[in-house]
Amino acid sequence: MLTETISAPFAVSRVPPATYSVPKSKRDENRVAVSQTSIEQTDWANHVLRICTHGDQAAFAELFQHFAPRVKAFLMKSGASPTLAEECTQEVMATLWHKAHMFDPAKASVATWVFTIARNRKVDMLRRQRRPEPEDLPWGPEPEPEQADVLSRQQEAERLAKAIAALPEKQRTLVQDAYFGDLSHREIATRTGLPLGTIKSRLRLALDRLRHEMKGVNE
Amino acid sequence: MTVHHQISDEYLTDYAAGNLAEAFNLAVASHVSLCPESRARLDEIEAVGGAVLEHCETASMPAGSLEATLALIAAGPPAAAAPPPAGHCTVLPQPVRDYVGGDISAVRWRPVGMGVKQAILSTSDEATARLLYIPAGCEMPDHGHRGLEMTLVLQGAFLDGEDRFARGDLEVADDDVSHMPVADEGEDCICLAVTEGPLKFSGLLPRLVQPFLKI
Repeated sequence: MLTETISAPFAVSRVPPATYSVPKSKRDENRVAVSQTSIEQTDWANHVLRICTHGDQAAFAELFQHFAPRVKAFLMKSGASPTLAEECTQEVMATLWHKAHMFDPAKASVATWVFTIARNRKVDMLRRQRRPEPEDLPWGPEPEPEQADVLSRQQEAERLAKAIAALPEKQRTLVQDAYFGDLSHREIATRTGLPLGTIKSRLRLALDRLRHEMKGVNE
Repeated sequence: MTVHHQISDEYLTDYAAGNLAEAFNLAVASHVSLCPESRARLDEIEAVGGAVLEHCETASMPAGSLEATLALIAAGPPAAAAPPPAGHCTVLPQPVRDYVGGDISAVRWRPVGMGVKQAILSTSDEATARLLYIPAGCEMPDHGHRGLEMTLVLQGAFLDGEDRFARGDLEVADDDVSHMPVADEGEDCICLAVTEGPLKFSGLLPRLVQPFLKI
């Protein structure tokens, strides 16, 4: 593997300020050109690849600029103070560098991967608990990701983002609260005073709709 | 293997978001290990988490954060956790093996009476995880419970009312349910049972011994 490259010590130098900007798709709501989608998403997967193969600090700086403020916001919503959230965000981003060789673009988008790393840090930070993970599948990750799978993950992420934005207000708020925060859906019911059944059906409706979109099924 | 009783999306979302107690995380991770459909749903639910992160509000990082992070990186990765116990176990999925510290032969069973044995696994104390061994055809003591309960079958099967739960199946019970699971004939049943708060046995004897058994 490429772990030698990754863990090799290097001088910490002033990294030029990142000038990265994500190309914004201005297509209509439902139809996104594949090329446009792939430019936006491949980029992050490619950044991770550059970190993995070349220990590329410029690629890391751009990833940091994009994701660190999101991870910090996520950790603060979960109850961390700004200082603690900043400290943990640095650790999350360092983990991203150290585990770059484990990222599988055929399985998940970079945003999803970052989310799972930040989530694990949150469990450790707030609950001071181990987090049991499912057993690895016996056949393991593919050595070379299938390009078709990589592309479909990218399209999925794009569709998903649009679908979340299009959710009815109450469902969208609940989805955000379910992922961002430190309450389970039962605790959300207790906290908001809404019946548990209402919380469940709202969350399920939202997830069904998002799943439907992810699979690219047209109504 | 087909798993008939799968975890619901709501609890899978709580797991994906990191909002369950450790003992429930253990039950969910173990169920997902045995149920490919739940694993696929977990992947989808984590993808939603990624999309929420991508489009959430941001909180700016102070100047110098990137440099501090690069210094962290240069210091090398944190010490790796001990590798999981080697080998394969046809009863315990990997997450449970990690807590037992080995395969099924390493479980330190304690008799609870009427042939039933249990082994409490060490987790944070918001909820309790235990392995239960119930001889084929035996009843679990009749119990209601406070809060949430998840029961994952690892060997054999149990019947609860109209439903039969076999390996990989997860029974989730919410508040105020009193039920009487019975191990199915044929094979002794081994389950991972996770409860929020202590069980309330309704029989007199189990209630007396409850404080001593930590159940």
